[in-house]
Amino acid sequence: MSNVFIAFQRNEETRCIIDAILQDNPNAIVNEQPAMVKIDVPGSMTIKRATIEEKMGRSFDLQEMQIHLITLSGYIDETDEEFNLSWKH
Amino acid sequence: MDAKVAKKLGLKERYALMTRGLGWDTSYQPMDKVFPYDRFEGIKIHDWDKWEDPFRMTMDAYWKYQAEKDRKLYAIIDAFTQNNGHLGVTDARYINTLKLFLTGISPLEYMAHRGFAHVGRQMRGVGPRVACLMQSIDEIRHAQTQIHSMSNYNRHYNGFHDPMHMIERIWYLSVPRSFFDDAYTSGPFEFMIAIGFAFEYVLTNLLFVPFISGAAYNGDMGAMAFGFSAQSDEARHMTLGLECVKFMLEQDPDNVPIVQRWIDKWTWRGTRVLTLVGMMMDYMLPKRVMSWREAWDIYFEQNGGALFNDLARYGIKVPACAAQAAIDKEHVSHQAWAVFYQYCGVSNFHAWTPSPSEMDWLSNKYPNTFDKYYRPRFEHWAEEARQGRRFNNATLPQICQVCQIPMFFTEPNDPTKICYRESVYKSEKYHFCSDHCKAIFDHEPEKYVQAWLPPHQIYMGNCFPEGVDPTMPGFNALDEVLKYYHINKGRDNGEFVGSEDEKNFSAWRELAGKN
Repeated sequence: MSNVFIAFQRNEETRCIIDAILQDNPNAIVNEQPAMVKIDVPGSMTIKRATIEEKMGRSFDLQEMQIHLITLSGYIDETDEEFNLSWKH
Repeated sequence: MDAKVAKKLGLKERYALMTRGLGWDTSYQPMDKVFPYDRFEGIKIHDWDKWEDPFRMTMDAYWKYQAEKDRKLYAIIDAFTQNNGHLGVTDARYINTLKLFLTGISPLEYMAHRGFAHVGRQMRGVGPRVACLMQSIDEIRHAQTQIHSMSNYNRHYNGFHDPMHMIERIWYLSVPRSFFDDAYTSGPFEFMIAIGFAFEYVLTNLLFVPFISGAAYNGDMGAMAFGFSAQSDEARHMTLGLECVKFMLEQDPDNVPIVQRWIDKWTWRGTRVLTLVGMMMDYMLPKRVMSWREAWDIYFEQNGGALFNDLARYGIKVPACAAQAAIDKEHVSHQAWAVFYQYCGVSNFHAWTPSPSEMDWLSNKYPNTFDKYYRPRFEHWAEEARQGRRFNNATLPQICQVCQIPMFFTEPNDPTKICYRESVYKSEKYHFCSDHCKAIFDHEPEKYVQAWLPPHQIYMGNCFPEGVDPTMPGFNALDEVLKYYHINKGRDNGEFVGSEDEKNFSAWRELAGKN
């Protein structure tokens, strides 16, 4: 199964986003590079608004991720509640 | 009791209403006359509504997030400039990567802006029109923020002064420029494969991820800021490219061979252009994030592999050039830097031989190739320079008719032999660096015979300032070419050791701790 991945700039907001991803995707592999973090997950990845809000302690719109995104791989399916990346179709 | 409030629309509904819901078919003129360019390439589209924009970004959200990105960017740029941030980079050699970026990449951002504006206008589906519109605005933002950020370096260092003039003239800049000219003069669907898919999806990670991470690693907050700001748009661009390819493949089986040909062509075109990035990563960053080869393994072979595994269900195959690229990944950065070392007298940035510890890093990263094929040459040149005989090549190189890179690539099965290919078209002979560039030419010779090849143009006398007479006594061709390029000889170019940039940087740094 191919990996999907997502990479963020490293900052205070993405620290919470990354913590949320790690909590919701137990197979995630974190790769820290200068000023950025890349997270690979075999097959598919789910990013949940509720988990991020819990980590941040404030309400969060998943489209706010746009500000911190660096790159990603896989097909996207986005709703108000979840942002999914996968190679499934 | 709480008042009943109508439920806020969900993301999918909002997107549908704010994009698809705003489109209409023309009635005063037939749609085919309003959109004359989206059929001639042979791509068959039966239902534009099948297009999905996965990000579901509406224009109001777009403006909101882009404004926030710009505010962040300019806060950092201001802080960087106010704090004399340029003196915090690892060493002055690093600044040459920015010159390469400003002249070789930023003008392409502007061309991408024009390209996506054009394609957005020419596609009759509402989904791609909105996505292309956003990308078009993104791209001009990138050109502007890059030029703005790097203008701070122009106050202190040489070679930054005229990127838009240089992109149209300097020999090596014809490589990225011809890549974009080729894409921009294609039909709208080919443009989407060229830039949206092959460049943005398959290859962009190799440019932006190591570049930005490299800028950060080398202490350049200015470049890191514009790089990150641009990159935050790239995920959307990549998704547009991937959606476009999937859409074409799903609309009609007749599209598959056309799309395959474009994927083959543009993967190779992009791979050749990225040779410049390989060189930057392996030779120009004083602190290296990873080697070109490692980046290629992660972003092309693993990530591209995952993508092509997925596209296999449509009958799309991994481009044939991938096999050669897998061999070339251990060679091209060394070969390219060797050429820039020899020709830095006609470039707008400096070159140097790697230090002994950098050569050890290269041996370690390239155990199969560096010591065997490339170290002896760099050591020889370093020794020559120590003896006062710094090697500069005064003979213009032959270049490939398609990728416009000097013919320095070697045979896939013999790294000691330069690879030459040729085709005859209308009794004229044309030269190529590889089987893949030759195949691109052979399919569309009428397009590529028009290529503006810098060495040829110099020999034809077309690259001197106006009014210069090559038959005058004392005429110096090199000096006149440099004037035509707007390169200040001896300041902007040549060997790094002993350059004004090197001297100024160390003098200013020295002053930073004194009164």
